[in-house]
Amino acid sequence: MAKYLLLKHYRGGPAAVNDVPMDRWTPEEISAHMQYMHDFAARLEGTGEFVDGQALAPEGTWVRYDGEGRPPVTDGPFAETKDLIAGWMVIDVDSYERAIELAGELSAAPGAGGKPIHEWLEVRPFLTAPPTITE
Amino acid sequence: MDEALLRSLTPTVLGVLVRRGADFAAAEDAVQDALVEALRVWPADPPRDPKGWLVTVAWRRFLDATRADAARRRREDLVDEEPAPGPVPAVDDTLQLYFLCAHPSLTPSSAVALTLRAVGGLTTRQIAQAYLVPEATMAQRISRAKRTVSGGRLDQPGDVATVLRVLYLVFNEGYSGDVDLAAEAIRLTRQLAAAIDHPEVAGLLALMLLHHARRATRTAPDGSLVPLAEQDRRRWDTTSIAEGVEILQAALARDRLGEFQAQAAIAALHADAPTAEETDWVQIVEWYDELTRLTDSPVVRLNRAVAVGEADGPRAGLAALAALDDSLPRHAAVAAYLHERDGDLATAARLYAEAARRAPNLAERDHLTRQAARLNARWGR
Repeated sequence: MAKYLLLKHYRGGPAAVNDVPMDRWTPEEISAHMQYMHDFAARLEGTGEFVDGQALAPEGTWVRYDGEGRPPVTDGPFAETKDLIAGWMVIDVDSYERAIELAGELSAAPGAGGKPIHEWLEVRPFLTAPPTITE
Repeated sequence: MDEALLRSLTPTVLGVLVRRGADFAAAEDAVQDALVEALRVWPADPPRDPKGWLVTVAWRRFLDATRADAARRRREDLVDEEPAPGPVPAVDDTLQLYFLCAHPSLTPSSAVALTLRAVGGLTTRQIAQAYLVPEATMAQRISRAKRTVSGGRLDQPGDVATVLRVLYLVFNEGYSGDVDLAAEAIRLTRQLAAAIDHPEVAGLLALMLLHHARRATRTAPDGSLVPLAEQDRRRWDTTSIAEGVEILQAALARDRLGEFQAQAAIAALHADAPTAEETDWVQIVEWYDELTRLTDSPVVRLNRAVAVGEADGPRAGLAALAALDDSLPRHAAVAAYLHERDGDLATAARLYAEAARRAPNLAERDHLTRQAARLNARWGR
């Protein structure tokens, strides 16, 4: 029982095999991709492994504290930001191997030409609650 | 309302329904419905006979569900000749339920969820909260688990070891939400110990009680971890310790040693020491040797290295550690501790920082980061 984040990047990861930007796909290919993602989440709900899935807008704002009584400073978005997160899925699975297996399936979502994108997904374990028995 | 009483009746009520001819999956759903109904109704209108109330409501729910399910019309026969609730060997039913819910065909997380619901009487919502997953996900996990074991019968002997592993997981993992999983694990293990006479069941119960006794002292008010040596031993729960020791001694006297008894023996030696300095580390090392023979687990060898370090000095501990794979979880943390005891603060600080990066949980990471920071401040970076 461990939670993993399957992290999808707009950029920052290695290039996918079928690396064609989504706006060059046909509308049908986009629909097929969305359907695949939806079916994948639904299947994980059925297996009792789904926790959460979210997509993020590509453009964000950088914010920092600017001292007592002042409004926070904002900046960006920065075009040069290397690592840009597109979204994630959180799964709760019995093993690391299972997390890798599922990430592999998610990476097979169809893209241009209806072929798998083979995109790189980042798998990150959640930090858990501490165990009760320690020695 | 006495929720513990309500939950303790769950396996008995489920056993009654199954003996009346309901299949396990449908009966379990009906009992869950009855429990949810009891949680709603009992606070304002407590029944005089809680068990009778639950059986009646659960059986009615089962019949309703059966009637509603056209594909299962064959079961209408049961409706017409509802059997009298004859004498039910409740203890046996309970034991069989434990076996079924911990069936080896289930994954650990499924076995845990099913045990908490069908034996523990927790609601799906409570279990979902305890494991921080959506209720719909937990509902699916439980219904899949039930489908997996639905071919199994309630009258087949099972493997106690699989049940103990599930209960150990409930005790050791999970988040503290509304439900106190550690207390629930103790309750379920106690109930199991009443249903079957087995030294390892007693060993696990003792282990849980001995660790539970220290619970209040394991974390500071801000949530940070307090290591065993720094815990306020006056706040350990002596009643729980006494019970754990007594159960353990009775189990050990039967001379059928197992890993839970050995682990409990180590916990008992810690509980027995009035101060950390007075801990009988020599005996603890001997118990780790027993555990190594029983399990041959690398995690046990790692803990043994710590004990050797206390019994024979940090150099001996480091020598024991050198034989182990340094990719083991917590290897760096143990190495850091032993190097600090050996006076090599620079190495210890570096290893604590490495251990923090590899820590599997937030509380441990923060603790290890503080250790590294403490040494860096002393050592001068």
